Amino acid sequence: MNPPVPPQSPSRRDFLQGAALVVAFSFTGLPIARAQPVGGVSTHTLDLGELDAFLAVRKDGSVVVYSGKVDLGTGHRIAMRQMVAEELSMTADDVYRIELIEGDTALTPNQGPTAGSSGVMRGGVQLRQAAATAREALLALAAARLQRPAVELTLDGGLIGPTSGGPKVSIAELAGDRAFNVKLNPKAPLKDPLRYSIVGRSLPRPDIPAKATGRHVFVHDFRLPNMLYGRVVRPAAVGARLIEVDEASIKHIPDARVMRIGNFLGVVAENEWAAVRAASELKARWSAGTGLVGHEGVIDWARRGPFAGDEVLLNKGNTAVLANPDGRALRATYSWPVQSHASMGPSCAVADVQDDRATIWSASQATHRYQPALAQALGLPRDKVRVIYLDGAGCYGMNGHDDAAADAALLSKAAGRPVRVQWMRADELGWDPKGPPQLIELRAALDDGNRISAWEAEMWVPQATAKLAHVPLLGPADAGIAQPAGQAVGLISQNADPSYPVANVKIVAHWLADAPLRPSNIRAPGKVANCFAVESFVDQLAAAARMDALEFRLRDLADPRGAEVLKRCAALIGWTQRPSPTTSKGSTRGKARGRGIAYIHYKHNETYVAVAMEVEVDRSSGAIRVLQVGCAHDCGLMINPDAVRNQVEGNLLQTLSRTLYERTTFDTQRVTSVDWRSYPILRFSDVPALRIDLIQRFDQPPLGAGEAASTPVPAALANAVFDATGARLFEVPFAPDRVRAAMQAVA
Amino acid sequence: MSTLDLLVNGKRHRVESWDPAQPLLYVLRNDLQLPGAKFGCGEGHCGSCTVLIDDRPARACQVSVSAAAGKRITTIEGLGSPGQPHPVQAAFVAEQAAQCGYCTSGMVMSAVALLRATPRPTREQAKAALDGNLCRCGSHDRVLRAVQRAAGSTTERG
Repeated sequence: MNPPVPPQSPSRRDFLQGAALVVAFSFTGLPIARAQPVGGVSTHTLDLGELDAFLAVRKDGSVVVYSGKVDLGTGHRIAMRQMVAEELSMTADDVYRIELIEGDTALTPNQGPTAGSSGVMRGGVQLRQAAATAREALLALAAARLQRPAVELTLDGGLIGPTSGGPKVSIAELAGDRAFNVKLNPKAPLKDPLRYSIVGRSLPRPDIPAKATGRHVFVHDFRLPNMLYGRVVRPAAVGARLIEVDEASIKHIPDARVMRIGNFLGVVAENEWAAVRAASELKARWSAGTGLVGHEGVIDWARRGPFAGDEVLLNKGNTAVLANPDGRALRATYSWPVQSHASMGPSCAVADVQDDRATIWSASQATHRYQPALAQALGLPRDKVRVIYLDGAGCYGMNGHDDAAADAALLSKAAGRPVRVQWMRADELGWDPKGPPQLIELRAALDDGNRISAWEAEMWVPQATAKLAHVPLLGPADAGIAQPAGQAVGLISQNADPSYPVANVKIVAHWLADAPLRPSNIRAPGKVANCFAVESFVDQLAAAARMDALEFRLRDLADPRGAEVLKRCAALIGWTQRPSPTTSKGSTRGKARGRGIAYIHYKHNETYVAVAMEVEVDRSSGAIRVLQVGCAHDCGLMINPDAVRNQVEGNLLQTLSRTLYERTTFDTQRVTSVDWRSYPILRFSDVPALRIDLIQRFDQPPLGAGEAASTPVPAALANAVFDATGARLFEVPFAPDRVRAAMQAVA
Repeated sequence: MSTLDLLVNGKRHRVESWDPAQPLLYVLRNDLQLPGAKFGCGEGHCGSCTVLIDDRPARACQVSVSAAAGKRITTIEGLGSPGQPHPVQAAFVAEQAAQCGYCTSGMVMSAVALLRATPRPTREQAKAALDGNLCRCGSHDRVLRAVQRAAGSTTERG
């Protein structure tokens, strides 16, 4: 399948020319904290069926885009603009003149949370359709104005005129500062990708000049007049009740005040350092917590329950052969630990709560979704609470940003002034809702031709993450305020069956009624762990068949896009065909090198990714060093290839971090991994050579790039360690002592 | 309440601090309206708050305002602006070396300090110099490329 050659393929020249444009843009392009829509807030529609909800033209001919999806550091700000600009036949310069308003509950339509790699593939596609509708509407207006049929007219660079030449009219004259009053047309014709001149180019992101010069406004930097600085004092243990507060214990700190609502405890002060010290020096007595299983007890707990119920997720063919294996059957159990989002900036929000209304600035992935919860916490009608997105530190799922928003709202209401709350490092690693633990048992059999004849997966997973049950916000929960249910936190049971054709498959989920720590979605929810298990197990089957791991995967892979990423990925690291492992088992000295590969068709209907890597294992210490990582990636139409590459690099490195180092530790009372020493993440010294091959497909719809490349990383790493040492890793993180133990087990 | 003189980005500021132990970071961000340096951990572990003090990289969350008084402090805002970026900042833009950007100020400051001491660092030297700067988005490879790019341009500029 050869993609058509774009009229203008991305080039270095584009890139540098664009960079100059960005500089000019960024003087005036800082985030707008109180944006005004065309026509004013009160008349602005949020109806997803209306063009006006998504797009407007200003009097100067510039275009305003209202996006419910936000840029979480992922590059949506350039991609969304490119998609709109292309349909409106704008010039590359004008891309940067588009005003993009994001995630403001008063101004942007509810396009759902920015999660699940849906930003471009759902949100961007909606904006593109809005732009196509606008193009249609503008041509109709021009047809009336110019007394010519719309089919004889062309829109180009903000002007509409007869294709054959003649007088033109500008879009500003036709629609400037006026509502379109037309329905979004889901069938408005889209531009032919062969004629793309803006989509498919690596135009530079508009936010990076401000980020590189310290001028970008994060919610952490946002200030209001008369604002207080707040800090929250979280309970001494999970579920602990507040028995007593000694307000006199912070008397020595100027202008610091204690705020208490039930078990919710905070401080506010005129000066931030005063708030920090007050929170840390305030003496409070707490009851014991409600009890945790402790990180060492997670696997036993998962087996034991209590369970909310079992669910057969997939049942095709007949897997009875696994009940009476004839010697060609394998089984293995894999587990994934509780992990933190571990954002670089602790969560932060600013709230201005008044008697009858409130405005909250938050880095939430889901301002619309949390609007009712925040309104209920404040006792205000939903439409009186405006939640405005401002950038935070990268969150990779629901971190503490929504909790911080509730904290700021409660403190602002109590104090009667605007309040900015920023969490401390220990709050973030200790109290952000966590990626849940997963336990997966796999069974499979090989037939006489060394093909997988049957596959069973059983998983033990917390229900809260799959059934969209309520994830309570910490502040209102401690304050004893009821909260609405229904906050989605990710689909963690997908991709437990291999991305290769297998005739007989059964997948069962044992849904645990609770979770060891409050769970939420974390990048590629569940599918990182499931792909770790599935692709490690496929490797075990390949080894049992004495076949090359790449050949074993490719043999029956009918999907040409899947086969292509596997082949191109293998080529990136110079794959040589042979069975694994490469070395004799049991050697205890020196260093062993190996290579591994893994593949996923994300959610079985989205992005195709293969990851291969070469590692070196120190046999005496068990330490793993990753030497090089190859990744071939096909997410269909890439709006902005360099922005995709940035995401792919991030997926690879972040997931190496999660696989090598990360596990939230906790005892029976509280989280104990609350700083960067006890919750280490990847550092520069760990960074391998990255070799990335992005496949552009102008004939395909755009798919997500924010998550998929994470998922094959753990298995590719485990498979490389197996290839090097003959030792199989079943548990994340791959700490040196575990690697050593695994090597001793096969010695 | 103590009164202190701070020399920041070439400008003298008289600031008042109720606590002489107040970390410089809070004074920069809140009193002097220089929010480029970010609070990441408050424990000197992550590098998000890196500034230069007398040309050496320092964690502004670990230096008290009284200890910083009288020294030359450079923040990210003092290096350049979007219109007139410092060569290191220009290199970060050219390499698109950020995702969320929260760690970027600290990365730029550490890179500037590295290039002043070692104008032509190898990739391994750059990794070692930046090892105390954490990034969660995984922008490391781009940051390393930006350092290499800046090494070329700063040398050309002398």
